[in-house]
Amino acid sequence: MSHKFRSQRVSLPLILLFGFLVIGSVVAAESDPWLRPDFAPAPPENQLTPARIHLGQLLFFDPRLSRKSTMSCASCHNPALGWSDGLPTASGFDMHTLARATPTIVNTSFNSIQMWDGRKSTLEDQATGPIEAAGEMNLPLPELIERLRAIPGYASKFEAAYPGMGITAVTVARGLASFERTVLSTESPFDRWRKGDEKAVSASAKNGFELFQDKAKCAVCHMGYNFTDNGFHNIGLKTEGEPDVGRFAQRPLKSMHGAFKTPTLRDIALTAPYMRNGSYKTLMEVVEHYDRGGDDKTNLDINMVPLSLTASEKQDLVAFLESLTGVPPDVRVPALPH
Amino acid sequence: MTSRSHSVLRLSLMAVVVACAMPALAGDQTVSQAKKAFTVGVLKAKVGDTVTFRNDDEFAHNVFSLSDAQSFDLGSYKKGEVRTVKLTAPGTIEVECAIHPEMKMKIEVSK
Repeated sequence: MSHKFRSQRVSLPLILLFGFLVIGSVVAAESDPWLRPDFAPAPPENQLTPARIHLGQLLFFDPRLSRKSTMSCASCHNPALGWSDGLPTASGFDMHTLARATPTIVNTSFNSIQMWDGRKSTLEDQATGPIEAAGEMNLPLPELIERLRAIPGYASKFEAAYPGMGITAVTVARGLASFERTVLSTESPFDRWRKGDEKAVSASAKNGFELFQDKAKCAVCHMGYNFTDNGFHNIGLKTEGEPDVGRFAQRPLKSMHGAFKTPTLRDIALTAPYMRNGSYKTLMEVVEHYDRGGDDKTNLDINMVPLSLTASEKQDLVAFLESLTGVPPDVRVPALPH
Repeated sequence: MTSRSHSVLRLSLMAVVVACAMPALAGDQTVSQAKKAFTVGVLKAKVGDTVTFRNDDEFAHNVFSLSDAQSFDLGSYKKGEVRTVKLTAPGTIEVECAIHPEMKMKIEVSK
């Protein structure tokens, strides 16, 4: 009896302590600006459902969404290559090389603006753009809709996802956006560290994170859980030939000439080569670019300055960047409707 | 606490709530850019007034408008720096930061 009593007296504080720790860690995780929310936001008219995600997945992997039925969305946004393509710049219609790198679609659902130049604001706006772009999948939307309506197996998929709305450009865009909202970064060593596992990352990566926020100034643009400010910056990349005006085409302002949207850094070890023109093969090359304060100083973003990083600090930054990559999940390629 | 002090507190709280709900009134005044946002959503002003934008963030901001009522580009500037625009015509001016498109506000300019 006395033993039982002692045991209760000891266990109650322990239980309370454990409870505080659990609650504390949950609150910390929820309030930590560097930890990604569990789910991506979706607009009221296109809330996620299993039928919508399934439809979007079918469309995403279907090459019949391109003029010659040779390219699907996944041709460039390949899940085996970090939802990008591993190329310096994208390969479009008839293998034509495009001017910009394929951005990963990991976590793009958290972005408030889409595309390198921000010409689309939502996933729904963006989804059909590459389908009808002459240099990409090159299939006008009226032809796409006619083609999909002629595939009997699609009718029930669209009806299940969007009852009574039929097969239209709107439902195609909403389906694709729904699937894209499920393409999320996985838990990385960095995330586990932020949640309290001190052994999840190396001391070098921890120091890299400090440098990332302070001396190296990376977090000026790569801020928050998705490591982007959804903003536009000219970071002084060397270019050959005609310069790419970037955001200036959408906002004809001096500071936007040569400015491009800040990409996410999540799963970055999977998406080499880097930068909007694919000019760097390694993360160390990227870090050295910023250490130099950029190369082309024409209209350079005023946040860009030489950093005077030591060799050890550069290694720490690379170690930190690598810690942002989780284990990519196996992705099932679906059998397509006929 | 007395009933009188309760009333004073209640009135003070109401005044704060009303002040927060109302758009800022004009004059030649300053709008801060802090935590990646303009601190004023809608500013009432008159033709001839000036509006000064102050960057209170650790990183650069920009101010521009491509509105029909008045267009301007005050460029990009660092923490602690300011840029000023003189309002020259009536109408609604939609103001943004070119670097951070989520940052938006309006200036309603009357004669």
